[in-house]
Amino acid sequence: MPVIVTGLITILVGVGGMVAYFWVSNYLLDQVIYPARGENIGRNVRRATAIRPWLFVFPAVFALGLYLVVPVFYSGWLSVTSFASENLAARGRFANYAAIFSSGGFRIALLNNFLWVLVVPAASTFFGLMAAQLTDRLSWGNIAKSLVFMPMAISFVGASLIWSFVYHPDPEIGILNALRTAFGAGRGITFIDGDIVDSFWLMVVLIWIQTGFAMVILSAALRGVPEDTIEAAIIDGANPFQIFFKIKVPQIMPTILVVWTTITILVLKVYDIVAAMGNQYRNLEILPTQMMQSFDSGNYGFATAISVVIMVLVLPVMIWNIRQSRAEMR
Amino acid sequence: MDNIAGQRSGLSIATHIATALLVLLWIIPTLGLFITSFRDQDAISQTGWWRALQGAPQPFVLSVPVEDQVEVDGGTWVLETNIFEGETAAGLPPSVVDRGRVAAFGISRLRGADTDPGETLETRQGVAITLAADGALLASSPEPLEGALALPVMLVAPPQMTLENYTEVLTDTDAEERAALLERGTTLDRLLFSDEALFGPFVNTMTVAIPATIIPIVIAAFAAYALAWMEFPGRGFLIAMVVGLLVVPLQLAFVPITIIHEWFGIGKSFLGIWLAHTGFGLPLAVYLLRNYMVGLPRDIIECAKVDGATDFEIFRKIVLPLSFPALASFAIFQFLWTWNDLLVASVFLPSDTESTVMTRFVVTSLLGSRGGEWHILAAAAFVMIAVPLLVFFTMQRYLVRGLLAGSVK
Repeated sequence: MPVIVTGLITILVGVGGMVAYFWVSNYLLDQVIYPARGENIGRNVRRATAIRPWLFVFPAVFALGLYLVVPVFYSGWLSVTSFASENLAARGRFANYAAIFSSGGFRIALLNNFLWVLVVPAASTFFGLMAAQLTDRLSWGNIAKSLVFMPMAISFVGASLIWSFVYHPDPEIGILNALRTAFGAGRGITFIDGDIVDSFWLMVVLIWIQTGFAMVILSAALRGVPEDTIEAAIIDGANPFQIFFKIKVPQIMPTILVVWTTITILVLKVYDIVAAMGNQYRNLEILPTQMMQSFDSGNYGFATAISVVIMVLVLPVMIWNIRQSRAEMR
Repeated sequence: MDNIAGQRSGLSIATHIATALLVLLWIIPTLGLFITSFRDQDAISQTGWWRALQGAPQPFVLSVPVEDQVEVDGGTWVLETNIFEGETAAGLPPSVVDRGRVAAFGISRLRGADTDPGETLETRQGVAITLAADGALLASSPEPLEGALALPVMLVAPPQMTLENYTEVLTDTDAEERAALLERGTTLDRLLFSDEALFGPFVNTMTVAIPATIIPIVIAAFAAYALAWMEFPGRGFLIAMVVGLLVVPLQLAFVPITIIHEWFGIGKSFLGIWLAHTGFGLPLAVYLLRNYMVGLPRDIIECAKVDGATDFEIFRKIVLPLSFPALASFAIFQFLWTWNDLLVASVFLPSDTESTVMTRFVVTSLLGSRGGEWHILAAAAFVMIAVPLLVFFTMQRYLVRGLLAGSVK
């Protein structure tokens, strides 16, 4: 198994190389370039202290720059300079964008992506909030949480298989059709057959996975709600539903927003579920599957143009995140 | 306060029920495929997995030969036999013959099997028939019996759980083929590493996931320390950059990185995917680790500085050991993500069979060519998710802590 061996060597070289890099560069800095002795000791120490942080952050900054920052600009550049055909190139800088926006497949994908963004974060956050509240004071709450959280560990492909089985058209195999038959429906139905609304059945898979994430975070937030606000509400005669919706939910609203936006970002990038469950249907496509099709066929112009569109959709959340984090640091 | 206390208990029962329903709803899909992965190929298509444990009664019409009847007490003809033996059994599936029992029987085809085993039925010709649950048949008749007895019965074969599906998917041979191949001198590891077997992809997935988890941790830990505990111009900008990069869609990097990898001569290879996962995992790694390291007590670090420790020593001897929970939680995230990933693997790994990972193998090979064969798909799914589930259930504490560090202040 030579691949495993190369893998182990890579770990050793990678980790060993990193440690060696830090050790050697620090040694050089302290002993050779700016030694903390001799006549310039004060100046040397100051300079070494100014340089050292950059030794620490350099590998990370280099990797982040090469793998994420450069690609953002490079993709933008390619989307306006790389054209699949002469014909397209002749139509000006934004020919790729014009071409994808006028294609029916792309517009369906864009619409579907919007549906995904509308439904999945809302549903996951809602179910997560319910699960968090339900399990909050329960004796077996931790077990319940752990079971709802479990799909988080399952790959999108695995989850797609699990749900394809649930959706199986044969009532003796698929449990949903079995339930329909038990309630008197005649034959089993095919849930996913390329209708535009069938995206819903795919969204269920992602909701199933993400609810656990929402639950874990919201349940921690619920625990953080000050006890005295709840007691005051009880004394004022609020019922449990009022306490939940009027006391607890407003207080954890910032966390709900964080959960919501995190899932939104994930939804915009999701690819595996549609690839595994609905790949043969044009009506179920989303932007990432469109992007991968162009990528696989070598049409880098279209592929980068679509990825820039995804980036633009993500941009508001990115700006909001950066602002939040800067506000926290002050 | 009485009414509130009263409401509480009513509400608490409702809470228990609602939680139980929710949990049930959440585990049933997984449970279904899990049970299916241990079921016989035929059983999967015959009965739903929810009936796997009880075994479904199946209707048969038996034709019991009467040659063995004997005359007793002059004038009474008695037939004693067992339906799971001899000629009668020849018409039944082997699983029923081996482990089956009688769930119900009858004497009229029209009315079917409507009587519990052990009871006695009498036909219009005066033949008394008793069929016990274990298949023992006793028929007594005033006249000699002729031809064969036709009995409608419901037979239940208890479910048989098998690991055969797993062996089949890991070696790409069913039991017969495997036995034949092994007899002809093929070795087991040649089967495991054949092109269509899942074992190779399993090894490949591990080969992708482990370096892709460890390398970013090392790089990120140093950077996180600097961003948390060292003062330098541009620090705020770098932190903001990391936060911004957290949400950059991976898709954006595919074309540029493919071109850059070609340019460096890495191309599509394991090295390429390790580097790609490292780059894509770094923002979360730096973010999580920095958030955690910032929270470490300032006193310890300042005392160490006063005692003359260098930053490198502080990092190695104080900060790194104290940050273990954060390191563990990122490691779990990254491992789950790289193990479960399909997208990055489809872009950065070559598409030949030697270097395919499990997710890709399932989507391209299994779903395409064996889409209807659920015994294979179910077993493949659980080979694929076994390791992440194990990691999840043993390390859940750290996973939760990591999530919270990232989102709740």
